[in-house]
Amino acid sequence: MSEQGPSRAELLLSLADDELILGWRNSEWTGIAPFLEEDVAFSSIAQNEIGHARALYELVARELGTDADALAFDRPLEEFRSAPLVELRRLEWARTIARHWLYETADAVRLEALMRSDDPEIAGIAAKIDREEVYHRIHAEMWIDRLLASTEARPRLDEAIEELWPYALGVLDDQLRPELVRRVEAKLGRTMPNAEPVPRGRHEAELAELLGEMTMVRRSAPAGARW
Amino acid sequence: MDARTAEFLEHIQSGGLVETGDWMPDEYRARLTKFVEMHANSELMGVLPERDWILRAPTLQRKLALTAKIQDEVGHAQLLYRVVEDLGKPRDACLDDLIAGRSKFHNVFHYPTRTWGDVGVIAWLVDAAAIISQKALLKCSYAPYGRIMRKICWEESFHILHGRDVVLTLVTGSDAQRELVQEALDRWWEPLMMFHGNPIPAGEDPMVHWRIKSQANEDARQQFLEGYVPQVWELGLTLPDAKLRRRDDGVWEYTEPDWERLMAVVSGHGPASAERLAFRRLSRAEVDWVSRTVLAEAA
Amino acid sequence: MAVVFEVFRREREGAAMQHAGSISAPDERFAEIYAREQYGRRGESEALWLVPRDAVHEIDEFVDEFDLKYRRVDGYSIKERLKEARERAGTVQG
Repeated sequence: MSEQGPSRAELLLSLADDELILGWRNSEWTGIAPFLEEDVAFSSIAQNEIGHARALYELVARELGTDADALAFDRPLEEFRSAPLVELRRLEWARTIARHWLYETADAVRLEALMRSDDPEIAGIAAKIDREEVYHRIHAEMWIDRLLASTEARPRLDEAIEELWPYALGVLDDQLRPELVRRVEAKLGRTMPNAEPVPRGRHEAELAELLGEMTMVRRSAPAGARW
Repeated sequence: MDARTAEFLEHIQSGGLVETGDWMPDEYRARLTKFVEMHANSELMGVLPERDWILRAPTLQRKLALTAKIQDEVGHAQLLYRVVEDLGKPRDACLDDLIAGRSKFHNVFHYPTRTWGDVGVIAWLVDAAAIISQKALLKCSYAPYGRIMRKICWEESFHILHGRDVVLTLVTGSDAQRELVQEALDRWWEPLMMFHGNPIPAGEDPMVHWRIKSQANEDARQQFLEGYVPQVWELGLTLPDAKLRRRDDGVWEYTEPDWERLMAVVSGHGPASAERLAFRRLSRAEVDWVSRTVLAEAA
Repeated sequence: MAVVFEVFRREREGAAMQHAGSISAPDERFAEIYAREQYGRRGESEALWLVPRDAVHEIDEFVDEFDLKYRRVDGYSIKERLKEARERAGTVQG
């Protein structure tokens, strides 16, 4: 692994934060998804993502001398390393599916790289996550195919992908990004616009709102309280 | 009563079972469908008071457990609507009736949740009350429903543990955390006392007559009190009913709930009913296009 | 939702496939995901079978007008003859 670029902790935190925030967003559909069967399936996906976040936080926590909950709940906004794509609040199904599929595609590229890491802990956890993500990809692909094939739904999906595209580009670094573009273009059968990636480090306004709600119960007791 | 109905009644009253597609008297089908539909509606509406707290759960474990609990409830609704559909009423018709306020759902889901204390109390005590009813339904004369109860009871066993764990953590925490539980209990006790319905004697309950339920409402309530009041009191918590006590003969005495108020609540006039139905209506309207897409010719 | 699928599950290795319930889904692809969730998210199934409901043939009437009990264990009552045979052989138990 290269000595330049993010530290091990920063790398793990970007991954963990992506999974945590996306898992949080996806869990918002629990109880109100388009139909009940999908509600159950999507809720599992959200839980898996939070489970990944937790495992990743635990890895970093050991290095930093803290615990997973502290990393998830007690850091200020500026310390989050999530990609803007996952921070957007889009309680609309076409955007949800578009984001789900774009994220899973980018994440697959990222995980493939991490599974080749010299760091056995990182390679190991990436492989475990990837094995679960297989099912997320099957789910995302199924929905994309279904929406693309529908005259009513296709324009909604296209619009959603167009809106989210610059954000999707911001999930990966310069080295991995071209592979994301290649895979998306292959699936959609067209060339994607040349957009400026929305980079990590800039947080969407919705993230502050999310973190506020996420921590409101926790903050109601002094640090160290058990819940 | 005609001969065929009499034969059917004899069959089920001696423990016989009915499967989908078997002949059944119109009254049986109508009562059964309504009963299962109300159960399905309740599982679905039960999600709404709780889901806000998914977003506010104070640890990763609590977040996961609460999400999984609510996911189970959605899954139960799905299974139950399937049963109703096989009895002849399609799911869309059920959902239309629900959001139009034409059909009923359980009393407890008409009440607001206000704090994390509610999350613990609901998962522990509401689910405990529900499991008692559900166990009595295991022997339902309509076998497909009885089989689903088995799956539901198995899945709900973790809900109660999760709820109790939340409560125990709070009562062993700060005074403020402990107060969250007590305050939630004070608000939820009345709905819990009404949960099992008014005390119709088994002999007068059509649900028992048709062997849909096998337990009288008052028996279920007594079972709940016997199991859970001691568990509440042993934590040093109080319940807002001065009359509540266990007699020497084992029967629990309590202040009689206002049964007329229960009827009003169940018909959609509880404190949170309108808001919840409106929310369901909105979420359904927003995703109608998805159902249309997905029901269109296969890709 | 378009098609009803019957779901069968094998609870553990060596067990028989048992009917678990039904799922309503637009097609097989969706049905697979939804069945996996509804009957497998807790690791409670080793395997699942999905069968569209109208592919299932039900048989629920069986005729036995002439009481052909000779094919079953309850068609035999050997107590009396066994007693007689033991008496004959002098091996009657006390």
